[in-house]
Amino acid sequence: MTRVLLSDVGRPGLTSPAEPETRTATAALRDSFSVGIALVPLGLAFGMVLTQAGLDWWWATVFTALIYAGSFEFLLIGLVTAVTPLGTIALTAMLVNLRHVFYALSFPLHRVRGVRAKLYSTFAMTDEAYALTATAASRSWSGSRIVGLQLFLHLYWVIGGTAGALLGALVGDSVAGLDFALPALFTVMAIDAARERPDDVSGPACAFVAAVVAAVVAPGQMLPTAFALLTLALLVSLGASRLRSRRA
Amino acid sequence: MPDAPYLLAAVAVTVAVTWSLRALPFVALAPLRESRTLHYLGLRMPTGVLVVLVVYCLRGTPVADNAWMAPAAALAVTAGLHLWRRNLLLSITAGTAVHVILLNV
Repeated sequence: MTRVLLSDVGRPGLTSPAEPETRTATAALRDSFSVGIALVPLGLAFGMVLTQAGLDWWWATVFTALIYAGSFEFLLIGLVTAVTPLGTIALTAMLVNLRHVFYALSFPLHRVRGVRAKLYSTFAMTDEAYALTATAASRSWSGSRIVGLQLFLHLYWVIGGTAGALLGALVGDSVAGLDFALPALFTVMAIDAARERPDDVSGPACAFVAAVVAAVVAPGQMLPTAFALLTLALLVSLGASRLRSRRA
Repeated sequence: MPDAPYLLAAVAVTVAVTWSLRALPFVALAPLRESRTLHYLGLRMPTGVLVVLVVYCLRGTPVADNAWMAPAAALAVTAGLHLWRRNLLLSITAGTAVHVILLNV
């Protein structure tokens, strides 16, 4: 009798809060799939390039789990194998990931409840997570659905990277040329970024000149030199446009 | 080959910079909205930084013995496919595949 009563009382108490949670998790998994499935092959390429560069496979797990900034992790392989100074690594990370500063203007962090969830949500605010939460369909998503989505995307990347590294350790250097995945990724990202601002031709042109000049003049310090030249060129053009508008 | 303490330091530096860039703006949203210089740089920097990175990745390409042809063909395939199909995964996979095939045959 008591047993029946207990189970009767217990059932709604146990199932009703658990059910929406599983539903949220399923929804987050579904949301993450479209974009997230691309992270697995990219992660595979990342892991293979990492082991081919001579790093132990588990560094792929460390990089993908802790850094979680795909394009920069690829770049970091080359930077660390050249034993680049930490200051240059910090500067390069800042410039490559600078775009994330502006994601804060529209990312729905206010819907995410709790300090720990908020901390994780900012940590995992990648291009993919931002793009998915910027869609019209995402406006009704709860905070836990957003964090769940971010967790799944993170998981795809870690699994892809680790699997690629193990595969890379297995096949060794027999497959040359996989490292082209990185310039290919940057080319594709540059084309997408340029598409958003079709009127801006001088910016990419300045950047190309800055990069070539830096590669010739300061081959050992190419990235900081090129970024400094690019920033300077953009600030000069901003100053010039302000002067023009003041005169007009 | 880099040692583990250096690698860990590089990871720590990267995490600190990347997470700060993602989290700190939420603390200072108002000044961020107001700074026109930052806004201008934010609009025009990303494409430029990516162009610099493409050049950086390909800077070591040897000019002699037709060795430049594999990366050049792969770059053309990547950019061409992406302008045509706009499919990130397809463009990267096809470009890399062309590079691997040209280097291994």
